[in-house]
Amino acid sequence: MKVKFLIPLVAFMALVGLMLFGLSNDPKLIPSPFVGKPAPQFSLPRLNNPDETISVNDMKGKVWILNLWASWCVSCRAEHAVLSKLIAEEKIPTIGLNYKDYGTEDYGDDAKKWLATLGNPYYAVAVDTKGMAGIDWGVVGVPETFVMDKKGIVRYKFTGPVYQKAVDETLIPLIKKLREEAL
Amino acid sequence: MKSSMIRLLLIFSVSFFFPAQAVKIEFHDFKTTEQEQLYLKLIAELRCVKCQNQNLAESNAELAKDMRDKTYELILKGGTRADVIKYMTDRYGDFVLYNPPFKKNTLLLWVGPPLFLLLSLIFIFKLIKSQKKEIVEKLSNDDRESMRSLLKHTSSDNK
Repeated sequence: MKVKFLIPLVAFMALVGLMLFGLSNDPKLIPSPFVGKPAPQFSLPRLNNPDETISVNDMKGKVWILNLWASWCVSCRAEHAVLSKLIAEEKIPTIGLNYKDYGTEDYGDDAKKWLATLGNPYYAVAVDTKGMAGIDWGVVGVPETFVMDKKGIVRYKFTGPVYQKAVDETLIPLIKKLREEAL
Repeated sequence: MKSSMIRLLLIFSVSFFFPAQAVKIEFHDFKTTEQEQLYLKLIAELRCVKCQNQNLAESNAELAKDMRDKTYELILKGGTRADVIKYMTDRYGDFVLYNPPFKKNTLLLWVGPPLFLLLSLIFIFKLIKSQKKEIVEKLSNDDRESMRSLLKHTSSDNK
């Protein structure tokens, strides 16, 4: 009989537990279905010389990063220093996918100014004015950062601005591991 | 005068209940009505991943517009419903579907609610069954008499 009185309490605690669990879950972090699959292709004009293109195939055989960014994106500005440091220290070729920015009616050539002011850490910047390459990569919101292995398989996706702790604890160890893998 | 005032008030109050839809949807041309129907069905069924509680048709987000355009493009190329859904789930996972498939990791989602309903029905049924029926004693003739006289008294008091 006494046990019966505890049922509402236990049920309530279970509900509270469930809600607390829900609080620690960020619904914006949608797991990328790309991880473990070949990187989606694109071939886009380069920001600094539009006559040339840069494509995913150009990166074959290397561990590389794709970073989606835009001049209108505040978090991109926030991650810029951390990302630049990572790229410089690890010497990892990184394509910056300029998402719905350069060449659009609203932003014109803000992207060029942005890089001129903050510095350009990218191996190449691909211009995706219409955002169609972005959709192919399953963009939700910039910045997003993908790490590819030598075979061109997506191995990791980081949503949101990268921060030093994530770089030190996740990205650098991952890059080192991927570099040791055979082609 | 008064009736026209009331009419005006009615119009005002009704207009608050039906706010104009704020979402601007771009116009698309289709070759066939089937394609158009498919498009409308799909944008109602696919979730905008940016504003997660809206479907593509309702959402004003730029990403939703791009996803609508992509859906249109795929349909115009002759894509079927399955093609569009595959394209979207390949990129955004099952999350993009408001009508997710029945899988191992969506098991709880599908089975949970009916299970809860069943359990609560069983619980309620048991609760009702366990309640003892209240025994209502029948009135004796004496009780009836005394009741009548009581009623008589009160009704005469009122007068």
